[in-house]
Amino acid sequence: MNRWTLGITTALALATAAQAQRTDVTIALQLEPPHLDPTSAAAGAIDSVLYANVFEGLTRFAPDGAVVPSLAESWDISDDGLTYTFHLHPGVTFHDGTAMDAGDVKFSLDRARAEDSVNAQKALFTDIAKVAATDPQTVTITLSRPNGALPFNLAWGDAVIVAPENIAEIKTAPIGTGPFVFDNWRQGDQITLTAYPDYWGTKPALTEATFKFISDPTAAFAAMMAHDIDAFAGFPAPENLPQFEADPRFQVLVGSTEGETILAMNNAQPPFDDIRVRQAVAHAINRQDVIDGAMFGLGTPIGTHFAPHNPDYVDLTAQSVYDPELSLRLLDEAGLADGFSTTLKLPPPSYARRGGEIIAAQLRAVGIRAEITNLEWAQWLEEVFRGRDFGLTIVSHTEPMDINIYARPDYYFQYDNPVFRDLMTTLDGTTDAAARSDLIRQAERIIADDYVNGYLFQLAFPTVADARLRGLWQDQPTQATDLTGVSWAE
Amino acid sequence: MRLTLVLGAGLTAAFLGAALLSFLWTPEPVSGVNIAARLHPPDSVNLLGTDHFGRDILSMIMVGARTSLGVAVVAVAVGMGFGVPLGLWAAARAGGWLDEIIMRGNDLIFAFPSLVIAILITAVFGPGAVNAIIAIGIFNIPVFARLTRSGALSLWQRDFILAARVSGKSAPRISIEHILPNLTNLLIVQGTIQFSLGILAEAGLSYVGLGAQPPVPSWGRMLAEAQTMVAIAPHVAIVPGMAIVLMVLGLNLLGDGLRDALDPRLKDRVP
Repeated sequence: MNRWTLGITTALALATAAQAQRTDVTIALQLEPPHLDPTSAAAGAIDSVLYANVFEGLTRFAPDGAVVPSLAESWDISDDGLTYTFHLHPGVTFHDGTAMDAGDVKFSLDRARAEDSVNAQKALFTDIAKVAATDPQTVTITLSRPNGALPFNLAWGDAVIVAPENIAEIKTAPIGTGPFVFDNWRQGDQITLTAYPDYWGTKPALTEATFKFISDPTAAFAAMMAHDIDAFAGFPAPENLPQFEADPRFQVLVGSTEGETILAMNNAQPPFDDIRVRQAVAHAINRQDVIDGAMFGLGTPIGTHFAPHNPDYVDLTAQSVYDPELSLRLLDEAGLADGFSTTLKLPPPSYARRGGEIIAAQLRAVGIRAEITNLEWAQWLEEVFRGRDFGLTIVSHTEPMDINIYARPDYYFQYDNPVFRDLMTTLDGTTDAAARSDLIRQAERIIADDYVNGYLFQLAFPTVADARLRGLWQDQPTQATDLTGVSWAE
Repeated sequence: MRLTLVLGAGLTAAFLGAALLSFLWTPEPVSGVNIAARLHPPDSVNLLGTDHFGRDILSMIMVGARTSLGVAVVAVAVGMGFGVPLGLWAAARAGGWLDEIIMRGNDLIFAFPSLVIAILITAVFGPGAVNAIIAIGIFNIPVFARLTRSGALSLWQRDFILAARVSGKSAPRISIEHILPNLTNLLIVQGTIQFSLGILAEAGLSYVGLGAQPPVPSWGRMLAEAQTMVAIAPHVAIVPGMAIVLMVLGLNLLGDGLRDALDPRLKDRVP
């Protein structure tokens, strides 16, 4: 055997060996987290990297959206529904080696629900009256009123358990209890995680994971095609999916999300304070055109602010069917026969940018002149979400079970209906499953009847991955890229 | 040489004509969205096909030409309007402190990469056609100022200027009555070249989303939006790309042709 053949054979052998043993993965996401503390920001991008990988809560969401035990092995509920006793998993340690005990749970939950807390989902904790560390392995949570959704609430990324010693650095060097340790963050480029050898649960198959941030759809396509990345969770260019589907090197998973994509209307700003105008806008929109044009057919039409895959969903799309004639009549009744001008502020995702152009054209057909302004996320949060300076905007609400945002009159679309607020209060106090379903259905109907926003479609979640990669989440019951079950096929 | 001028003028006139025609008529309205007819390849109904919203690309190119030409014309006008007087003034006071201030100020603007500063301006003041005009216009000022000053400096040495000075004409009057007319050819040629650069700059700014905002069609944004669709519908990217290439090519050829036709020194050499 001459030297060349030997060299090639060795190289081939090495390559095969390397392939069989591959335990690293590079996953691309479109958005980079602003910082790394999931308990102090609304940005879902933080959870996309850290949820279930670095941070864990008492409970967690399974890939199908079910709430399953995590750091709490089990829990007991008192007969009056006011006391929850969580039994923690023994032997759990933080990545710095210190033990995770009931004191840390008390600290995390008290920090999240404190008066000065900056937690983005403080409503999750409002019913908690007291958190007590009964012993190192037991946490007792006392509620001010029964709340059947407590295990669900504690599964959110905003309710993960953090280390008290780490709070000062959590935004740049987070320490959690999860199967992966935060390793390095090259801002604007990537975050790397490595497996935690002392993890308490089932150890993941991967030893190293890299999250790359690629916001440009063209770059995303190129990176995937060139195998620079092994998977893209939330692929930004739906028009390219058929090409990946046809290519045996890749697999395409199209999952459901909790993202209700809506044309939000500023309910406090004239003329949108008039229900007839809001109804006119709703009837002027052709949902199927928006889904086809903006998402290349990916997405399920919705008629209210609720996820269609949820058993409690009521299909109310017929109530806001595409009917420009009716829109014109409604505008005429509202005294706006000549139409009106408003703003349409669009954040970067293609559902908003492309959908916005289609909707602007559809609104123009009934005389509503919507002037488009394209905004970056930071500007959008500042002007629209916090500043409430907008007429119309398009955004996807990706939090699970978030219909209760309509009970917040100061929320950016400023819907103020006491009947709806009372209904949400009743819902929070109801533990009976059938009664809860009934209340949720009523809530869906109220906001559809009030035409609070234009309900467009449920966002689909396309993942493009190397055909050999196994165990990625298909659906997004919460924003997460759970790597615990990910492995390479032989 | 004649061919360059004809070809350049022809291409420019074609786009100019299309832009003017678009005020009166386009094959289809560009504001309408027709999702059912999206991404059709070129055929007899839509000569250049339809885009991802089902809009007729030929109509989009025609209206887009308006945006492109409009931004470029105003930007060149801004550059000439400020640059030429500054250059004349600097030449009249050559060697003086005023000359120094004007020319060093020009160097300052020249020192920055123009497109980067244009992005900065539009990022600070918000995207839009008007801000794009300002951003591109500012960078045309030093180009015209320098050209005017160097041209004027050599003219100031000429005998007919000396005669004008002897007869008691003031420097501003000499600049306007004697220097400027002799610089016209130079400025027309440079104007054509700056015009083509303006088209490119506008396309570049629109491409990164800082030019004219939707739904106003713009070639650069058409190109950017077509990017992810190259694989499924190549004509969506090729058509606006070709429009930019042909428009810029036409203007450059026109500039070359005009220089050859207008420059007396070159004219002598041609048989």
